[in-house]
Order: sequence, then C-alpha cells, then structure tokens
Amino acid sequence: MQLSLSQEFSIAAESNFAYQTDSSLERAGQRQVVRAAMDYSVFNLISQGFRGHRGWPRAWRDPEPKPRYDAVIVGGGGHGLATAYYLASEHGIRNVAVLERGHIGSGNVGRNTTIVRSDYLLREELPFYEWSLKLWEGLSRELNFNVMFSQRGVLSLLHSDGDVDDAVRRGNAIQLNGSDAELFSRDKVLRMVPLLDPDNGRFPIYGGLLQKRAGTARHDAVAWGYARAADRLGVDIIQNCEVTAIRRNERGAAIGVETTRGAIAADKVGLAVAGHSSRLASMAGLKLPVESHKLQAFVTEGIKPLLDTALVFGVGHFYISQSDKGGLVFGASLDGYNSYAQRGNLAAVEDTVEAGLHLMPALKRLRLLRHWAGVMDMTMDGSPFICPTPVGGLYLNAGWNYGGFKATPASGWCFAHTIARDEPHPLARHYTLDRFARGYAVDSTGAGPQPNMH
Amino acid sequence: MRLTCPICGTRPLEEFTYRGDASVRRPPDFNPKNTGAWVDYVYMRDNPKGPHKEHWFHGGGCSSWLTVERDTVSHEVRSVKLARSARSGGR
Repeated sequence: MQLSLSQEFSIAAESNFAYQTDSSLERAGQRQVVRAAMDYSVFNLISQGFRGHRGWPRAWRDPEPKPRYDAVIVGGGGHGLATAYYLASEHGIRNVAVLERGHIGSGNVGRNTTIVRSDYLLREELPFYEWSLKLWEGLSRELNFNVMFSQRGVLSLLHSDGDVDDAVRRGNAIQLNGSDAELFSRDKVLRMVPLLDPDNGRFPIYGGLLQKRAGTARHDAVAWGYARAADRLGVDIIQNCEVTAIRRNERGAAIGVETTRGAIAADKVGLAVAGHSSRLASMAGLKLPVESHKLQAFVTEGIKPLLDTALVFGVGHFYISQSDKGGLVFGASLDGYNSYAQRGNLAAVEDTVEAGLHLMPALKRLRLLRHWAGVMDMTMDGSPFICPTPVGGLYLNAGWNYGGFKATPASGWCFAHTIARDEPHPLARHYTLDRFARGYAVDSTGAGPQPNMH
Repeated sequence: MRLTCPICGTRPLEEFTYRGDASVRRPPDFNPKNTGAWVDYVYMRDNPKGPHKEHWFHGGGCSSWLTVERDTVSHEVRSVKLARSARSGGR
C-alpha cells in the first residue's frame, strides 16, 4: 500500500499534475493528499469507511470546453474514452477533449451484452482482437477501476458434423494466430452446461469450441474507468455537447468542430460515434460503406447461478451469459433494416426468445425484465475502420458491427496511434476505408456487401 | 412495423426480407480503368437519418420486389410501390 501511494505521488509530481479539487480541500492545501486519496484501494476504502464515504472526490471533472485542443475526440463511448486515455498515457498528448452529445456511456458501450472474446478466424482480425483481450486482462489494474472482467470462457455450440469440421478449422486458425481454443466433446459440453437440450430435433449438441480466456465485463465500468483514468491524465470530458459541424480550412483539412457549446479548434479530430458515423462523416463530405442497423439485447429477472460461461448458439445467432446480479443477458440477430431508433421490433423479440428456448427449454419460466436496442454501424464486409480519412486532420473509428465492446481497449489503443502518428496501427492496418476499392474486404462470414447479413 | 403490399394489403414484418438502399443505380457499363462508379454502387451508402428509399422482398406473400419509402427514426412508412413500376411512377 505504501508503495502504491508513493508511486502515485511521484507520478503526480513528475507530470506536474494540477487537478481540480473541492475548493474547501484546496484551501486546506491538501491537493496532493486528495490526488492519492482518489485511488481506489483497500486502504482508501477502509479509511473512507470511517468517514461514512463522504470524502470521495468526483470520478472525473465537468470542465467547460477550452477554445482549442491538440486533439478532439467526438463520441464519449468506450472507444472514444479509450482513445483519449491512450493518447494521454501512450503518446503524451494530454491537451485532449472528448465531446459527448449525451452523457458518457449512454450509447452502445452501455447497451451491449458484455461478451469479450478473440476467437476470430482471419489473420486480419485475430491479432487485433487478441491484443484487445490481453489489454482486458490487465485493464482493472491499468485504470485503477474494477471493470469486473470475468474470464468465464465463451463456448460456441456445434450442431452437426459440418459444424465440428468448421470448429476444428477455426480452432486451429485461432491457435496458429497465438490465441487459445479448445474443442469440446458433446459430453464435456453437457457437463459444463447441464440445462442444454442435447437431443433437440433440429439442433442436437455435437460438441463445442471453447475459448477459456474469453468472458464478460461490466460495460458501464469500462466507460467510467476509461473516463476517470483519462481525466486524471488531464483529458477534458465534455458531456451534453453535440457536434453540429466539422470546420475545415481552405485546403479542406479539418481544423475543429462547431458544437452546441460553441466552436472548438483542434489540430486533429477523431470520430468515434458508432451508429452515427455516416452522419458525422457527411459533415466533412465523406460517404462511408456503412448502414446503421439496430440490435436488441435482453435481460431476465435475477435468478440463482445457472450459467457460469458465455454461450453462443451460432445457428440462431443467439448468445447468453449470466450477469453478477443474476439476470440472464442475451441477444441475437439484427432487426434487419436501416434504423437510427434505439428501440427494437417485436418480430426480433420473438425470434430471439425462440432461439433461446430451443437451446435451454428451462428458460421459458423466466420473465423478461428489460429489452432495448442499440444503433450499430454495419459495414459492407462486417469489419471496422480505424484509419486516417481522405480529409486531412480527420480520423475515423467506426463500423464495429456486433463486435465493438470486446474491441474497446485495442480500438482505443490503435486509434490513439493513428491520431498521434497520422498512420494506421500495424494491428489495424487492414481496417482502412480504401480496402473495398482495392479489393481487400475483410469478410470472415463471406456474406458479401450486404450489411444486415454480417 | 407493417408494410402495405400493393398486391396483398397490410402484412406483418415477418413476411418481408430487407434488401437495402433503393436509391443506388447500377452503372451502365464497366470500365476496368475507372472502377469508381462501381465501388460507389456496390459499397457506398448515404445511410440517411430520416426518409429512406429501400427495397423489400415479399417472400411470405406475393414474391414481389417493393420500393418502400420509410423514415429511419420514426419507422413511419410513407409509400410502398412495386419496384418494377416505382421508377416510372407507377403504383
């Protein structure tokens, strides 16, 4: 404990960190003490316990926008906040603002089903997602915020000989790319998840493919953890600030943004606004290979422990896990048509519940507590963009399809690199806008240029 | 959401399949030296927030291709026409 406190002091001293504190405490000249007291630790938890937890400072400031920043990130979701954090921590760019239209975490980072995995097939994808998984493994410590990353495994079910052959191929590809995968027999699957219907007429259980290091995380905590950590490095997180235009100079390069809270100049502008990427890009005259679609998620009433892994029922596009509160969290396919509405249709509800009952008939006695929808960038090949754009000074992080949450750390990592160095990160070098024109689509499902099929 | 098929009448969503943006136009010819128009046609989309013209297939009904004008925020359907006649302003 002593060590970590003294480290904190030395980091604070080195970076000449000026943190806004409660004015009463500042008057008492306790700024540095407050800085250390901000750490979430057992020591501070106990010492706050004696004071009725009234001494915790706010987790991040609520600053007024400055007239100018080195970089402005549009979008205070997981990817935008992670980008700001890594810009500050990895690239030393701390004069950064994150602009969020609503409040941070109100978009897709708080709307997903929290599954984190890296069991991808293609070598254009896996090393990126594997790096993300590695960052997840150290994230709570890195951010000093418990993101409740639980490596409970993700088990994909197999229902035919063809499925098993495909899983062998995928498992081998995963291992060759340096990650972990394990083929499970039918018996092993049923021992792990006894409530499955093993002899379902249409989809009997033939086995499973497990990625042990995969799991779930608490999605809100990811947004809050990155926000707090970025703020502690000097990043301004500005909420209720909608970008209405992108300002460009006579050569066409981006030089800032117009917002509902005034104009903000910036050397570099990064877009991380999944769902609304086409809208923001069109402000700079760019057309994207993206359609906005909505995906629903569901949570049941809380029950005793039933499922200790995350389960994927590929034929129904269905995935399910149990949250620490006890609710079963699940989802399935897109509603299927272009939409910016954060609400789903009943046809997809029926479809999803049907898939769930196919898999685990015991679910039928549960009541649904909530269901909601998130608006997703669906791209023409099912893969994202982390790249510079044809507009100078404007960088794009978009197109996350279903897979944005698990990618959050690596997406921020690579996007920060792209913004700082004006080039794609080696792990994300395939995720450029021009890949379609060049004939290098990264289409792991082979569905072709049909966004709602990925 | 329901769609009113010009042939079958008002039918539930489950009967229809979505095909996407109906405003894109297939380029008349292919020039291997200039593929830009084809890249635009195959991959690029306006993706508007508001009125959107799109193709639907009535597979659970009369097997017609439809051109639908729908709002992507409110989901209000403004018009449904048979795709083969939509371009010439038919029903």
